[in-house]
Amino acid sequence: MHIRPILVALRKHKLATFLIAMEIALACAVLCNAVFIIANRLSAMNIVTGVDEASLGEIVVTGFEPKEASDLNARMIAGLAAIPGVESVHAVSSVPFGPQAGVAGVTLDHKHYGTVIDYYVGDSGTIKALGLELVAGAMPDADDYQAIPDKAWLPPSARVLVTRALADRLWPGESPLGKMFWTGPYQYRVIGVVANFMGAAANGGGRAEWSAFVPALPGGTLAGTYQIRANPQDLERVMTEARKTVATIAPDVVLDHENSQSIPVLRAAHFATDRAMAGMLIGVIAALLGVTALGIVGLASFWVAQRRKQIGIRRAIGATRGDILRYFQTENFLIVTFGIVIGMLLAFVLNAVLMKFYELPHLPLYYLPIGALALWGLGQLAVLGPALRAAAVPPVVATRSV
Amino acid sequence: MFGYYFNLAMLSLKRNKVLTALMVLTIALGIGTSMTTLTVMHVLSGDPIPQKSAQLFRVRMNVFPDDAFKRGDRVPDNLTRRDAEALLHDARGDRQAAMSAGSMVVMSAQGDPLNVEARYTNADFFPMFDVPLRYGHAWSRGDDAGHAHVAVISGSLNEQLFGGADSVGKALLVGDQSLRIIGVLGDWDMNPRFYDLSNGQFGDSEDVFVPLSTALDMKLPTSGQTWCWGNNGNAHDANAPCIWLQYWAQLDTPAKAVAYRQYLQNYIALQQKAGRFTHSGQLELQDVMQWLDAKGVVPSDVRLQMWLALGFLGICLINTVGLLLAKFLRRGSELGVRRALGASRRSIFLQCLIEAGMVGMVGGVFGLVLAGLGVLLVRHQPTDYAAYIHMDLRMLLATFVLALSSSLLAGLLPAWRAMQLSPAIAIKSN
Repeated sequence: MHIRPILVALRKHKLATFLIAMEIALACAVLCNAVFIIANRLSAMNIVTGVDEASLGEIVVTGFEPKEASDLNARMIAGLAAIPGVESVHAVSSVPFGPQAGVAGVTLDHKHYGTVIDYYVGDSGTIKALGLELVAGAMPDADDYQAIPDKAWLPPSARVLVTRALADRLWPGESPLGKMFWTGPYQYRVIGVVANFMGAAANGGGRAEWSAFVPALPGGTLAGTYQIRANPQDLERVMTEARKTVATIAPDVVLDHENSQSIPVLRAAHFATDRAMAGMLIGVIAALLGVTALGIVGLASFWVAQRRKQIGIRRAIGATRGDILRYFQTENFLIVTFGIVIGMLLAFVLNAVLMKFYELPHLPLYYLPIGALALWGLGQLAVLGPALRAAAVPPVVATRSV
Repeated sequence: MFGYYFNLAMLSLKRNKVLTALMVLTIALGIGTSMTTLTVMHVLSGDPIPQKSAQLFRVRMNVFPDDAFKRGDRVPDNLTRRDAEALLHDARGDRQAAMSAGSMVVMSAQGDPLNVEARYTNADFFPMFDVPLRYGHAWSRGDDAGHAHVAVISGSLNEQLFGGADSVGKALLVGDQSLRIIGVLGDWDMNPRFYDLSNGQFGDSEDVFVPLSTALDMKLPTSGQTWCWGNNGNAHDANAPCIWLQYWAQLDTPAKAVAYRQYLQNYIALQQKAGRFTHSGQLELQDVMQWLDAKGVVPSDVRLQMWLALGFLGICLINTVGLLLAKFLRRGSELGVRRALGASRRSIFLQCLIEAGMVGMVGGVFGLVLAGLGVLLVRHQPTDYAAYIHMDLRMLLATFVLALSSSLLAGLLPAWRAMQLSPAIAIKSN
């Protein structure tokens, strides 16, 4: 295939060629960045909490006096555990994707509070029910579970579990076991490290996995939020029954319907906006590719109609249908390539702008060849129809005037 | 003459229906997506209280003790109770209110406990924010001073508890205490909820309003941000080192705003002299729109979507330019004949632009339908602002302005090329 005649012909249609190439370039820039944003959102949605999500749920009640806490805990734990299918019920401060309960800065020297973490408080058995995996050190003993004093929101001192991510943050390169850290007057010693244990916040970024588990006895501020464990198949039925049962076990408190859900439901709600944004971006990409394809179809059809006579002449002097078909396909390939080259530059400019205003990392290089392949494919598909019509032009056209 | 061009354009558009449909579809898609995102932007960045937004000011001060003060930090959103009470006592604004969000459990008529959102504030809150009342009245400054056990409740809570009847004078049971209802709100649609953005920026108003002094007496729980330095028992004590109260002042004229700023500066200087801190303090006095802007009420996703949609409109326009170019140049011989018969370049240019404008108007109509569908889609999104997105008359007009101007813009270049055609060559070439 000779490229020179095609280039010469294109030079006659500089403006139209340039327009199509610009359209491809813009499409390339938007496509790469939009796909990149979708990929980012989806990876944020796949965050690992480190707990047996499918087996866990949460019941939250409010509207009780602090002095009623112990009585409420006893009634709630006994009442919820009596529901058929419930494996265990524990008083906890929160669960992953549940309402944020204890977020506080921690310090190693009483001066610098550079790290904000999620505190999880739970009674004995909570860790086992969560299914947390210990990677170093030991689990808290029965003695480690102490009562929370009046007016304190955490036990004043305890031996705690921290996540790998938090240990690496506070003591990079050192063993965290036996180390101390503080939040205001509260002091904690690390006795064990768990692989993953995501905070209730889960906003992505580094903070999601900076969390500590503090053992405590139910009562005081550790009341009103309960973690339920059940067989995954039974979980939704158990949660429905649990929400109903609260009215009979504790008629004087208010059930927080929004947060009294299974973790899978809370997880879905947590990422609902991300999912909506990803859906919207997919819609825009589809519309974008559609419009670009329509533009190529429109202009290619125009060129075919304009060149009917020339095509006829070429056919009359020996060109095959395949030659004509390939002519238009090659022409499209050249224009799209030109557009992609500009589009790659634009993609990086757009990425730089997005990075400035949104928390978005660098566009990885491998997005560019994938974007290029997609646009080449789109161009070839779009031009196929008009090119086939061009190939069908009979040689006899050459002999007719007009 | 316009009528003639109109007829010519109609003929031309009818001749190649597929190409015309393509152009209309492209413009409609671009306009539809752009107008959807612009509508969301328009609603979210709108003025929640247009009649007063320039007279209401959020008061913020940085009067931290030296060890908690860092120059360059943002001025905190809230005030300490001590500072708020001092400013309230001076009452230098035309109106002023300190406030905090809270929650309480009230008993319904059936005896079921309900958890409701509350706001603890002063008498000025109601006239300051133009809060409409259906029944009764708001409390007075005397009630603030007298720690009166009174409450104003929302229309929806009134509906829930009293079936919508006039409940003024009835008791509202809060735990083992009770408040006397003295007023019921009318429809109060305040979005974004600018007076306190820390507890959900969009949503209905609170259900119960109680004097701040009474709420403190009753030890009702607050919600929202409380930030303390130093150790203390109760964060809500009169001298507690905690910031938790929002403070608003109404200043009716720009001169009063200047004077008020000077007053606040003097206040900070006095505090410094009294030995609370040695730094010079910081002060921020922002009206409603400045405050909303500073808090970034428009979610970044919405901005991103808007830019994306405008980029998409750009691509659609380039597409339309290409298609119009093809259309006009294909009619080279017809335009050549018109030129040969004496039509000026200007009239060819006009004729082409009118054709482009007609495509734009039709595209705008379809775009409006698409934008309507888009807004419907946005309203079903799981966002807290979804329910407040709607299209108003201004956005309706904006749709057609955008459609017409973008199609004319797209038509400029092809029309220019069409009028440059040399008549002799155009006629001969076919």
